[in-house]
Amino acid sequence: MSIITARSLTKTFLVSTKKPGIRGTLRHFFARSFSRVEAVDCVEFDIEPGEIVGFIGPNGAGKTTTLKMLCGLIHPSYGQALVDGDIPHLRHSSFLKKITFVMGQKQQLIWDLPPLDSFKVNAAVYGLTDLEARKRIHELANMLDIDDELKRPVRKLSLGQRMKAELMASLLHRPSVLFLDEPTLGLDVNAQIRIREFLSDYNKKFKATILLTSHYMADITSLSRRVILIHKGKIFYDGDLKKLTESLSPSRSVNIEFHNIYPRQELEQYGIIEEYQNSYVRFLIPREKLSLSLTSILNRFSVKDLEVTDLPIELLISELFKHGKTQNVNIGS
Amino acid sequence: MKDKIITTLKILFSFWKTSIAIDMEYRLNFFVEIVSVIGNLSGSIFVLSLLFGPNTTLGGWSWNDSLIILGLYTILDGFTTSILQPNLSRIVRHVQNGTLDFVLLKPFKSQLWLSLRVISPWGIPAVISGFILIAYSLAVNSRMIQSEMILLGSLMLLSSLIILYSLWFLLSTLSIWFVKVWNTTEVLRSTLVAGRYPVSAYPNFLRIIFTFVLPIAFLTTVPAEAILGGVSNVYFIGSLVFSIFLFTSSILFWRFALRYYTSASS
Repeated sequence: MSIITARSLTKTFLVSTKKPGIRGTLRHFFARSFSRVEAVDCVEFDIEPGEIVGFIGPNGAGKTTTLKMLCGLIHPSYGQALVDGDIPHLRHSSFLKKITFVMGQKQQLIWDLPPLDSFKVNAAVYGLTDLEARKRIHELANMLDIDDELKRPVRKLSLGQRMKAELMASLLHRPSVLFLDEPTLGLDVNAQIRIREFLSDYNKKFKATILLTSHYMADITSLSRRVILIHKGKIFYDGDLKKLTESLSPSRSVNIEFHNIYPRQELEQYGIIEEYQNSYVRFLIPREKLSLSLTSILNRFSVKDLEVTDLPIELLISELFKHGKTQNVNIGS
Repeated sequence: MKDKIITTLKILFSFWKTSIAIDMEYRLNFFVEIVSVIGNLSGSIFVLSLLFGPNTTLGGWSWNDSLIILGLYTILDGFTTSILQPNLSRIVRHVQNGTLDFVLLKPFKSQLWLSLRVISPWGIPAVISGFILIAYSLAVNSRMIQSEMILLGSLMLLSSLIILYSLWFLLSTLSIWFVKVWNTTEVLRSTLVAGRYPVSAYPNFLRIIFTFVLPIAFLTTVPAEAILGGVSNVYFIGSLVFSIFLFTSSILFWRFALRYYTSASS
């Protein structure tokens, strides 16, 4: 049975609009005009226990609003969300003990005190005994490779250390459903990798379900097999990440270094030549022709080195959002 | 029920430990606060003394009895500094920065969290001096202090604390829609200053406003009357009903407001 379900989930915001200039300001002060914005529009999906799902979309697509409805922060305008059998916006304490929401751009740690003090407050709020809290802090600190930093005031910590501590504060009650909104925002590559590894470990160890948004595709590709693509409040793809890549890019990139230089005309029959520099050639070869073409190339020519890669997913997805080519993707594939 | 109360107290205790730890970083502030309380109080007593000549009264209140009102005002002021100001002014910031999210996601009553998350020790000198002033006034008057009056007085003081808290919380709740509501709570705090003197000392129209619109009368004058044994039944019951009504309204209004919370976007 699914642990998270969204049915016709919709959120409409009333946004006040203001024209520029002094006249606009005065008009805005006395008579405000509002417009309706469909932040999330009839979103539907199911997530199974233990799944890690990547939620992708450009800024303002409705990712965060969806997460906020799922964790009960905002009420849906229409439709329903269910998380482990609970209606989120009722915010029952049994529900709140099962979930967590980590936001890359907001922090709950007390700025002037060491993270350990914030952990103690959270431990009390979630009703953990001192012993249990200490055990969990130790366990999470080990998994995140952080130790003495927990005794320093939060304001003295680096962004990466602060994010680790923030994760600890959010996971102390050992939630089984994690909503993560840009958890690696602004972190350097090393810290990003560390956080990713940690999330993967946490998922395996506690069978936790994770719904994650990130602008770093590497977060998504390394953690989740399934992605949900959202644009202008609507879902237009929900399924396997690999299948998405295949459908977005029907060809693969093949880089070959030959022992000799061959004429361009001779090579053109195997695929589209993207780059041709002496003995180095980069082809784009349709997936269905790939094995046949490679066999022929290896039989006919003397090959020194060969590499087959996919086009970077960032590039594919950003192209997709830019051109709004939503009809090219099969929903639910 | 009992377990729930113990858990809640444990949580509040852990809140206050951290908030006092933060305040203790600034030791000098404590001495400044004591000096400021002494300054304020002597200023108020001086102004009050100017209003009194030999054998005169202020709206029917003698010099000594007026000191009780001033004492009650000082207690409320200390309560504001220790609890209301540091907690309720944060609601606006929480809404503005979107950190209210963290409060709402905790398995703990959000109103209780927002109202009692922090306790600031800086209001304690005012609370103590308020009580001293009341005790002094009663002693000088050499009144017979009956336990009944103490009980009624304490009940009325509790009622006035609830009224003040509820009004402040109701106004702060507006920040869910209007975000910046600092000015409204500022108006409340400055009106409270009017509670230094007996309501009967004000002109008629202000007296009506201070009783029915801004309940200054219930904050200081009515509790003082209760301590002196002269409170009328209407005001006594009125104060209780009013405080229960406002407190319930603050809870219901907060629940209603949260339906409109949009959480500052990230």
